[in-house]
Order: sequence, then structure tokens, then C-alpha cells
Amino acid sequence: MESATVALGHAHEEHHGPPEANQSSRMDRQTLGILLFIVSEVMLFGAFFAAYFFLRVVVDPPTWPPEPFELPVAVAGVNTAILVSSSFTVHYALESIRRGNRTGLKLGLVLTWLLGATFLFIQVNEYVHLGFSARDLGFGSIFYSLTGLHGAHVFVGLCLLSFATIRAFRGHFGPEAENHLGVEVPGIYWHFVDIMWIIVFLSVYVL
Amino acid sequence: MHNPLRSEADAFRWVMAIGAGAATVIVLTLLTRPAVGVAWAALLVGFGAGTAYGGLRGALPRSVAATSGRDGKYRILVLANETAAGDALLDQVRIRCGGRDCRILVVTPAPDLGEAAELARQRMELSLIALGELGLKARGEIGAADPNLAIEDALRVFAADEIVVSTHPPPRSRWLESGVVERARERFDLPITHVIDDPAAERAVRR
Repeated sequence: MESATVALGHAHEEHHGPPEANQSSRMDRQTLGILLFIVSEVMLFGAFFAAYFFLRVVVDPPTWPPEPFELPVAVAGVNTAILVSSSFTVHYALESIRRGNRTGLKLGLVLTWLLGATFLFIQVNEYVHLGFSARDLGFGSIFYSLTGLHGAHVFVGLCLLSFATIRAFRGHFGPEAENHLGVEVPGIYWHFVDIMWIIVFLSVYVL
Repeated sequence: MHNPLRSEADAFRWVMAIGAGAATVIVLTLLTRPAVGVAWAALLVGFGAGTAYGGLRGALPRSVAATSGRDGKYRILVLANETAAGDALLDQVRIRCGGRDCRILVVTPAPDLGEAAELARQRMELSLIALGELGLKARGEIGAADPNLAIEDALRVFAADEIVVSTHPPPRSRWLESGVVERARERFDLPITHVIDDPAAERAVRR
């Protein structure tokens, strides 16, 4: 034991350059970074939700959405199903690479990307056919703000997934956790985007 | 303290839970009135907040998806602190690896800062040096001060095929006194080998 300790001491003496950076957190920096980012995003969405519910309580119309606004609930419901499905596919991609299944990783990422793009396409299509704009009263403003904010997040998520997909097809990523952080981090973000949409859908379209 | 959102798998579980909750809100709203849906949603939010708080405090039982790498490598998670470089542990790891392509992760539980953390790091490094001298590929990390939490954290990033826990003999082992091995066997669905090591006796024999 003692001789080994001495050997370790030599190893330290031979070290040149600055000391190794201390990492006090047991979470890797990338995951910690995305979590802190998500916390800030929750606050951002919280501000928009506060505005939405404030408006709803202050206006207090007999029906919601107030006349003459109508929302395509069924289309939004289908869109919700599409986005929630994409959580399954990104999870499948992660589970695949954890098991060393590269084909599953690629398939999961491509499917997730396609589902996300379909969601965004349907949402843009919905905007085109809604019949009101963000300039139409408080409801129009808050509707487009909230759903548009979420749409922007989907777009960012798609960009992250694009990078992950390209890397997957180039042979990056491996079963060890530190070798697939490039999928894990966008995966966490994508789930956050899904959760936010479920809350937006419930608040704006259902309740 | 356990972060309920520290991995993609955790985030996915949240998506599932929130999605299921949202589905019940939608059904209730459709069957009754939006006010009932709002009340139910408020109840679910309260329950979810309580669950998240409980999770943060570590009050809830946690499951770990310790999946096999399926890449032909045999992974052994070693949990040890004061006995990390003990002969019995090293022998056991060498035997368990056999002629296989083995990957070893040595986790040494320790508090974040202070002398105990530094000693733990030194023991871990000694263990890695000793394992390296045996021709085994090993890496190490400092885990949470709670040994079972340290195992759980490690399994999130290391798809272990089995766990080896090394402790002092029963009269002197605080881990055995607090039931670390028993709780590990209850919590983790992996083969667990308990190695009793006595570095003091080993030193006496060497003298």
C-alpha cells in the first residue's frame, strides 16, 4: 500500500501544466447544461402561461375561446399524438444505442425528425387556415405567442436532432454513456418540448 | 438528493406520466364540463409537484435501467472505498473477468469535498493502478456519499453485467452495519458479489 502511494506521488510530481479542472457535480456538464437551460425555458413558458391565464380570467367570457374565435381541436389532437409519438421514437433511439444497435439509433432519430417536422408542418398549416391573426384581440395575440413560442422550440429541437442524425449516420456514438451524450442531450430537450406541448394543448385547446 | 430529470430515460418517464395525466383530463372534460377538467388538472399538478419533491428528497424507490451493452464486453461495477486496492477485491475481479474482454468501473463513494473525498480519490487511483497491473481495463469515479445511490448513479452511465461490493469484515464495516449490500441486492436486478477485504490483516501478513 505504501509503495503504491509513493508511486502515485511520483505521478503527481511529473504532471505539468494547469491542474485538472474540478468537477464537483456528479452529472456530466452537457446534461447539467441542458437541465439549466430547460429550467430557464420553464420560466419563459411560465411567463407566457401566466399571461394566457391572466387574460382568460380577466376577460372571463361565457365560452373559451371567446367568440368569434374557433380552434381546430381535432387537428391539434392529432398533432399532439404525433409529437408524443416522437418521444417514443427518440427513446427507442437512445435505448438502441445503449444496446449497441446502430440501425435502431438511426431509425429512431430519423422517425423522430420526421414526426417533429410533420408536427411543425401541420401547425404552420393550421396557422394559415385559422382565420385570425396575432393582431386580432388579446386572444389572437396570446394564442400565436404561446403556440409560436412552442413551435420555435420544436424548430430548435429539429435542428439538434438533425445534428444528432447526421452524426449517427457518420458512425458517431457508442453504447457507453459518454459516447452518446450527443443523442441524450437532444433527447432530454425533445421530451421537454413534448411536455410543454401537452400543457399548451390542454390549456389552449381542451380546457 | 436525487435529480428526477438527470437522463433521457427520466425525462421520457415524465412525458409518459404527464401524457397519461393529460389523457384523463381530456376524457373528464369531454364527459363532464371544462371546470371539472380544470379541477382534476390542478389535482394532478399538485400530485406531480409532490412526487417531484419526494423524488428530489430521495423518498421514492428508484429504478435503474441497467441495460446490457451487448457489444461482447463484460462490464463489472466495483463499489469500494477503504478496501478499493485490497488483494481480495483485486483477486475477485480478476477471477470474474476470466479471459473475457472486461471493462471495469470502480466507484468510490465519498462526500463532495474535504479530506475524505481526497482519500477516496487516492484509493480509487490505487485500485485503478492495481487493476491496470493485472492487465484489466478499468476506469474510476467518485460516487455519491450514499453507496447505494453511488451504484444507482453509476448504472445510469455504465451498463454493468454484475456488481462487486467490497467491504471491511462485519465488525468494522459501516457499510455492512447500514445494510448497503442487502439494499443493493433488493434494489438492483444484477448479480452482486460481496467481497470481504481486510487491508490491515493483509499488511500484517506482508510484514
